[in-house]
Amino acid sequence: MSVVETPAATVDEIIPEQKDGFKISDYIGPIIAFACFIGVWYLVSDVVLPQQKRFLLPTPHKVIQDGFMVWRTGERRGLQPILISLWDSAKIALMGLAITIVVGMSLAIIMSSRRWLERATWPFLVAVQSAPILALTPLIRALIDGTQTQRLLVVVLISIFPIVSNTLFGLLSAEKSQHELFTLQGASRWVRLTKLQFPAALPNIFVGFRISAGLAVIGAVVGDFYFRQGGVVGIGAQIDVYRSRLWGAELITAILLASALGLVVFLFFGWLSRVAIGKWHITNRGQ
Amino acid sequence: MFEMQTGTNMTETQAPALLDFDNVSMTFPDGTRALEDVSFSVNAGEFVTVVGPSGCGKSTLLRIASNLEANTGGICSVDRDSIGYVFQDPTLMAWRNVQRNVELIAELHKVPKAERQDRAAHAIEVVGLKGFEDKYPRQLSGGMRMRASLARSLVMKPKVFLFDEPFGALDEITRERLNDEVLNLFQSEGFAGLFITHSISEAVYMSTKVLVMSARPGRIVASFDVPFGINRSHDLRYEPEFAELCGEISHSLRGAHQ
Repeated sequence: MSVVETPAATVDEIIPEQKDGFKISDYIGPIIAFACFIGVWYLVSDVVLPQQKRFLLPTPHKVIQDGFMVWRTGERRGLQPILISLWDSAKIALMGLAITIVVGMSLAIIMSSRRWLERATWPFLVAVQSAPILALTPLIRALIDGTQTQRLLVVVLISIFPIVSNTLFGLLSAEKSQHELFTLQGASRWVRLTKLQFPAALPNIFVGFRISAGLAVIGAVVGDFYFRQGGVVGIGAQIDVYRSRLWGAELITAILLASALGLVVFLFFGWLSRVAIGKWHITNRGQ
Repeated sequence: MFEMQTGTNMTETQAPALLDFDNVSMTFPDGTRALEDVSFSVNAGEFVTVVGPSGCGKSTLLRIASNLEANTGGICSVDRDSIGYVFQDPTLMAWRNVQRNVELIAELHKVPKAERQDRAAHAIEVVGLKGFEDKYPRQLSGGMRMRASLARSLVMKPKVFLFDEPFGALDEITRERLNDEVLNLFQSEGFAGLFITHSISEAVYMSTKVLVMSARPGRIVASFDVPFGINRSHDLRYEPEFAELCGEISHSLRGAHQ
């Protein structure tokens, strides 16, 4: 009997790539949602709010006129002071996020190595996540010098939880048989971490990045509220001033720009995730 | 029509067995007796298949042979550095393309980069995946993933290949194709095989020897030498002798099951 010629894998066995081309529905959704948002805004400004309280929420066109189109009137009024404050807060948010990522991922790696460490650490993380920062401000002020450091600490406290929990979940998600493959080759803990657990965790890590990035912006704004000094203040402090002086247009402008910062950071990490793992990781919508 | 396998002569002229189970028993910490006094050996040039009811401890044999589990009784001797292990699922790394997946084991053994790339390229060609080096596991069919998994083990040129029901999840056509593929590799690469399956025809088609295991605790209740020559083709599955041997094994398996 002769050796069997087995046909090599054929092209038809390959799973066809699903290319996401331009779809009109991808754009119609966001446009409709945005139109609804503007509609509700007008409704609240012009109909829902009682006449004498309408200054609290100026209509969209009034916000654009008085908030976005005015460059500078006085020390705090106008787009320029808002942008300067926004940039100040953005720096704090990004630095804080960088610290959060390093600390949070290190913590997750340590927690993933020993079950008792994981169990010992969780309660504190949950406590940090749910503790009202407002209550901690006197303590933070007493323990740490310098508003910069105080603000960074607030950012880290507010944004660290999703990084730790997602990274840890990812590190522990590699399959048992994959671990056994590494065990069979006598792989060290470090090799297992770098060549198996860490890459396997990347999709979860990026989810953590995206959530924490948004929280870092919130943390920066909250930190501005409580920790400020003379000179340039963060966007949170600016918002607080507008709020107390009832400058509606500036208040809404500052809030919109702070949200936009959160959105930009969120989109950036979404893009980074696609670049880094889009080739091999698939998200399924089940349709 | 078939040349007889001269099994006894072969063992006499052989060096010590590549893999030897001597009264191996296995009791898990919870008291489950998985294996009891299992003795057999796999010599160079042999392809031994173990069939048995599910849950009889077949896979435990491989886990002991590869030191993933420590046996509680008897002696299992094997050169653990020369083992290739093919898991039930392909265990490919989703983030590595075919080329880098096939390089993985060599990489863990610190084979220099240029050499492991060469070896991987060769293994990829041998399993018929040439042209798919840049594909990621999610882009491959189940059969192709298993081929990549095979190639990954081939890179280290193991003397003994352990197969833990590797094709159980595949459709029959792909499975038979891969059976032939492994048989070809068995001849060309010269490794010995210990194969676990619950398919009798797969066992007979692949092996030089078939061992039948009883239900838990697993014992070897029968051993069948497969008399067909080493060159086998698909048509063998329809020969009366093939069917007869399958029948005998099935009968023995049924006896073991009761």
